Amino acid sequence: MSDPTAHVVILGAGHAGGTAAALLRQYGHEGPITLVGEEPIPPYQRPPLSKAWLKGEADADSLALKPLEFYAEHNIDFRASTIAVSINRGAKTVALSDGSSVGYDVLIIATGARAIALPIPGADLTGVMFLRTAADAETLKATVGPGKTLAVVGGGYIGLEVAASGRALGADVVVLEREPRLLARVACETLSDFFKAQHEAHGVSFELGATAAAFEGVDGHVTGVRLADGRLIACDAVVVGVGAAPNDELAKDCGLETARGVVVDLDARTSDPNIFAIGDVAHRPMPIYGRMFRMESVPNALEQAKQAASAIVGRPQPAGEVPWQWSDQYDLKLQIAGYAFDVDEILVRGDPASAKFAVFHLKGDLVQSVEAINSPPEFMMGKQLIGARRPVDKARLADPTVSMKEVAV
Amino acid sequence: MAKITYIEHDGTEHVIDVKNGLTVMEGAVKNNIPGIDADCGGACACATCHVYVDEAWRDKTGTSSAMEESMLDFAENVEPNSRLSCQIKVSDALDGLVVRMPESQH
Repeated sequence: MSDPTAHVVILGAGHAGGTAAALLRQYGHEGPITLVGEEPIPPYQRPPLSKAWLKGEADADSLALKPLEFYAEHNIDFRASTIAVSINRGAKTVALSDGSSVGYDVLIIATGARAIALPIPGADLTGVMFLRTAADAETLKATVGPGKTLAVVGGGYIGLEVAASGRALGADVVVLEREPRLLARVACETLSDFFKAQHEAHGVSFELGATAAAFEGVDGHVTGVRLADGRLIACDAVVVGVGAAPNDELAKDCGLETARGVVVDLDARTSDPNIFAIGDVAHRPMPIYGRMFRMESVPNALEQAKQAASAIVGRPQPAGEVPWQWSDQYDLKLQIAGYAFDVDEILVRGDPASAKFAVFHLKGDLVQSVEAINSPPEFMMGKQLIGARRPVDKARLADPTVSMKEVAV
Repeated sequence: MAKITYIEHDGTEHVIDVKNGLTVMEGAVKNNIPGIDADCGGACACATCHVYVDEAWRDKTGTSSAMEESMLDFAENVEPNSRLSCQIKVSDALDGLVVRMPESQH
């Protein structure tokens, strides 16, 4: 059913949308491609924004997925600084923010997710920031430095990466977390404790169990965070990292099925056969766990870009993947494979005090997920074990002197 | 600047001028050459930019770090001349480099 001359319109020029456009050309799609992006620059990698880029170790060219010329050279009509306003599924058109309308044969919704704002007084003060876009990162870099105090609201991975980068830029950093421990939603206590100790050793201070009640400021600029217990944490800048919500309103408004994101199948196809949804905005099946959920990660964006592009050109789907993600903080490399669904046992391999260990989340003798700190073999092998649904010998897995090649039953 | 020849698993050759300072992986990705996925964008976190370095170039491309070595040890279809292309920096000394892609990066 694939039509090599179909006009593919991609809404959203992030990692998912940009990759889908490039893959369609790589896979030989000949029809016109229109790539609509809210930001003024072509698709780029977001992960370095909270890591290497913030520390000045990467520049705009190295962040770009492809050079700007690539789009014209490959007949991809890249519309910068433009968003879609509505989708008309009957007429197969999309209304854009510049007043124009574009017709499609195939539509890919890759509108991503947006940072969640805290609904508290002072959230509109200057100096209260998010870290989502290159422009956000630019502002943050210009704001923090030696002699400044950065308050990070939210002790998740983004918050911790920003804290590490803030220290690298010479700022004092305090992290405020509502829960009694860091990474409360995504990691086990061993890992929470480990990251807290590492950050403290690098000079970051923490306020756990602390709820931000208001941002206070002078002349419109933030000067502190008022906590619910009445204390004031003085600061020169704030980064709010309390999660993201899918930009799925366009899909809802045109009647596509949504859950916690736009519902898609294993081809990344929505309830309308001519419309796909990929990346952070998609609520997708993950067969190895027998359930559907929404992920916010680059590997997921790339995987779904492959699924949609393959389906559009009529190419076989890639082999089923194991979701994974990574984080860099200081000299720590964290690699995570899988998700900890239905876990009945947590097994730590190696010694956290050595900063080289892995946490395995098990369901019976199956690995559901692994969090590996400076431990590539545990990550690489763990990912393979998760994908193969291959049982492990727990005693061997717990013994770091046994090679990861010998832990499967 | 270095002229690099990327050879896909099916034998298709791509000859690309890559700027100094970029990595061999970036040279492929920014030119949309199939066969190098580079999911992590060069953080040495995923082993999806695996290449085989032509024998004549093994010395000039240097040796792997412990991290790279360790990632490669668990990747598929690894050979003695396997490298992660995100860990090879391009310079004039690599003008003429030839790398081949494995059948799959996953």
